[in-house]
Amino acid sequence: MKTIQDINAIREKMQSVIAMRNHGTSKDVKSFEPTHLKREVLICGGTGCHSNKSDKIRDEFNKIIKEKKMENDILIVMTGCFGLCAAGPVVIVYPEGAFYSKVKVEDVAEIVEKHLIGGEIVDRLLHTSPGEVEKVVALSDTNFYKQQKRVALRNCGVIDPENIDEYIAFDGYQALAKVLTSMSSQEVIDEVLKSGLRGRGGAGFPTGRKWQFTHDAVGDVKYVCCNADEGDPGAFMDRSVLEGDPHAVIEAMTIAGYAIGAHQGYIYVRAEYPIAVHRLQVAIGQAKEYGLLGKNIFGLGFDFDLEIRLGAGAFVCGEETALMTSIEGHRGEPRPRPPFPAIKGLFAKPTLLNNVETYANVCQIILNGADWFCQTGTEKSRGTKVFALGGKINNTGLVEVPMGTPLRKVIEDIGGGIPNGKKFKAAQTGGPSGGCIPASLIDTPVDYDSLIAIGSMMGSGGLIVMDEDNCMVDIAKFFLEFTVDESCGKCTACRLGTRRLLEMLTKVTDGTATLETLDEMEKLCYYIKDNSLCGLGQTAPNPVLSTLRYFRDEYEAHVVEKRCPAGVCKKLLNFTIDKEKCIGCGMCARNCPANAISKTDYVAPNHKLPSMVIDSAKCVKCGACMANCKFNAISKG
Amino acid sequence: MAKTSGVPFQGTKEQEKQLREKLAELKDVQGGLMPALQEAQAIYGYLPKEVQIIIAEVMGVSLEEVYGVVSFYAQFTIVPKGKYKIGVCLGTACYVKGSGEVLAEVEKVLGIKAGQITSDAKFSIDATRCIGCCGLAPVMTVNDDVYGRITAKDVAGILAKYN
Repeated sequence: MKTIQDINAIREKMQSVIAMRNHGTSKDVKSFEPTHLKREVLICGGTGCHSNKSDKIRDEFNKIIKEKKMENDILIVMTGCFGLCAAGPVVIVYPEGAFYSKVKVEDVAEIVEKHLIGGEIVDRLLHTSPGEVEKVVALSDTNFYKQQKRVALRNCGVIDPENIDEYIAFDGYQALAKVLTSMSSQEVIDEVLKSGLRGRGGAGFPTGRKWQFTHDAVGDVKYVCCNADEGDPGAFMDRSVLEGDPHAVIEAMTIAGYAIGAHQGYIYVRAEYPIAVHRLQVAIGQAKEYGLLGKNIFGLGFDFDLEIRLGAGAFVCGEETALMTSIEGHRGEPRPRPPFPAIKGLFAKPTLLNNVETYANVCQIILNGADWFCQTGTEKSRGTKVFALGGKINNTGLVEVPMGTPLRKVIEDIGGGIPNGKKFKAAQTGGPSGGCIPASLIDTPVDYDSLIAIGSMMGSGGLIVMDEDNCMVDIAKFFLEFTVDESCGKCTACRLGTRRLLEMLTKVTDGTATLETLDEMEKLCYYIKDNSLCGLGQTAPNPVLSTLRYFRDEYEAHVVEKRCPAGVCKKLLNFTIDKEKCIGCGMCARNCPANAISKTDYVAPNHKLPSMVIDSAKCVKCGACMANCKFNAISKG
Repeated sequence: MAKTSGVPFQGTKEQEKQLREKLAELKDVQGGLMPALQEAQAIYGYLPKEVQIIIAEVMGVSLEEVYGVVSFYAQFTIVPKGKYKIGVCLGTACYVKGSGEVLAEVEKVLGIKAGQITSDAKFSIDATRCIGCCGLAPVMTVNDDVYGRITAKDVAGILAKYN
């Protein structure tokens, strides 16, 4: 067991190791005073870069460093996600902070030779932001990074998540020490209440109030749970926190345990996140070894232990009552509320359940105070929010911005805009429970209440960007297919209602719907919302309602004109060959699986062969002709 | 029981011993059924009726309850999977970048649908939920190998590596 003095000693000792990373941007590198290390190489080990073989890059660095006997001068660290997944695999070399993007194993020797030994930055591997000409040296100088504020992600991409000493070096377990030595449980709750922190899982319930309810509930045994069942497609905020900074969640849950009077916690993680689970297991093991979990923490008499429980691929288990039913070992069906989990939750005991990102803010609030936290964000949405940027956007990745940041800033400045010169059409937030924000509302501030006011929701933080090539009816249908699949089946309105709604949507995309279908759809949406027990059913119609609200013209084009303006819905597609552009090479006909293309009698001026024509009755709309035409003579619409 | 695979159960004594050891550890854990099923699937690769019977007996719950839990969660399977498990991500980020076409191509090349296994038990296809590599969208996986930023045209080449 380690005492607070022991932890402080580790923190002191580690300062020389982390000094380079703490130093700031490349611009002040000259003033940096060397420690025993000459350079540090940070390699991103988030899921995105890991899939791009960043572990092989680490192995190669280690191999070459060993061959050259530089182990005492160079430290190789595998961190969590840096955020800019689009540039992965990513490597940063300190003290210069040189940010190398799309690094390959073959590039490692050059980085070692030129940079680690020669002290010269490898220009060709530096990152260029989209729309900019000049390469930037440091990640912190990119547009992507400059406008962010990192609280929940502060250690992601900075520390080695599998080394508890690095977490301690960055003030890790100081908040727990502060709480256990100088604060009563009520004082902890008051601080969280005062901070205005709201649940980051989507609904935005005030975290402090949840803590107070569970604290006040009568019961000999209470539990602290962490919801890491991040099921929204396109969302990977919680995964990144667990992968990059697992101790922050462990420490915060221990603090929560002290505040509400619990001695046991459960983290419910998606089984689809193997790296996050592994790092969490390592972190829990290290915390136990240091006596920061278990009996008599810091020798101060408080006991708290943690267990990981894995999900098994059921989206509904992200709903709080379903999650607890699943931990209990049953089918993850939701339960009616009240009783709320704070009164009767896991194993029928008072239970506090917060989301990963919510916990990731707690230690910072305790250490820096509620007043510090309140300086960021808006009056009703304090602090920052992490978003997973995905879809048609240049800088796909993970960003953290102050609440209230206009959506335009997130998409255009941080996200680097839309690729291939296409136009922004909509942003989808809140996953299958959320809605689409149209281009006309791109200046909406991103906070809980503003997003609800325009018919979407914050959700857990997935932000999918769509351009003119995406059909909004098709997107609504995509989410409906998801909820039809994931409805647990308990409530009829959700189980059958979503299925009927999907059938109606399919009629729209097939061109067999009428305008009345749209009205019926809207009615059914409200029926499902009003008659479902849990959040899944209550929010399942949102993607349909919000697209009907902002893109009704697109629905009407499908219904009235039998046309899909984005050219996505296959049954409504028509492929045509421009006879003036067609040179008659016949590539399209050879690739047509339905033999629907034949020669005409027409030979365009300047061309030698007769042009081709598509028989729309035979066409199966596969698009093979268009993909194989080298002369851009085929169009769809 | 619905959707049995038709493949006869081929569990070994060694596997059963492993399973019973794990179950002995989990027997008295609160809510231990889910971890028990996860361990069992790690040992056998799937959860046939024979395995569910052992779990029900040791954990002291009815077979109906075990099957109820197995059939509720997408990751539990009572059908064996192929030697190469292909996953095509249909999360939103992948979907808007065309993973639907990638899946269609995989199905076309292998001649089976998502959720099925080829007759030589070599390949099985799953349309997966978001695996969180949204930065690499669209993404396809073959066992632990991840292929990112692919198009339907790349599919045949990727599958050929495993043939």
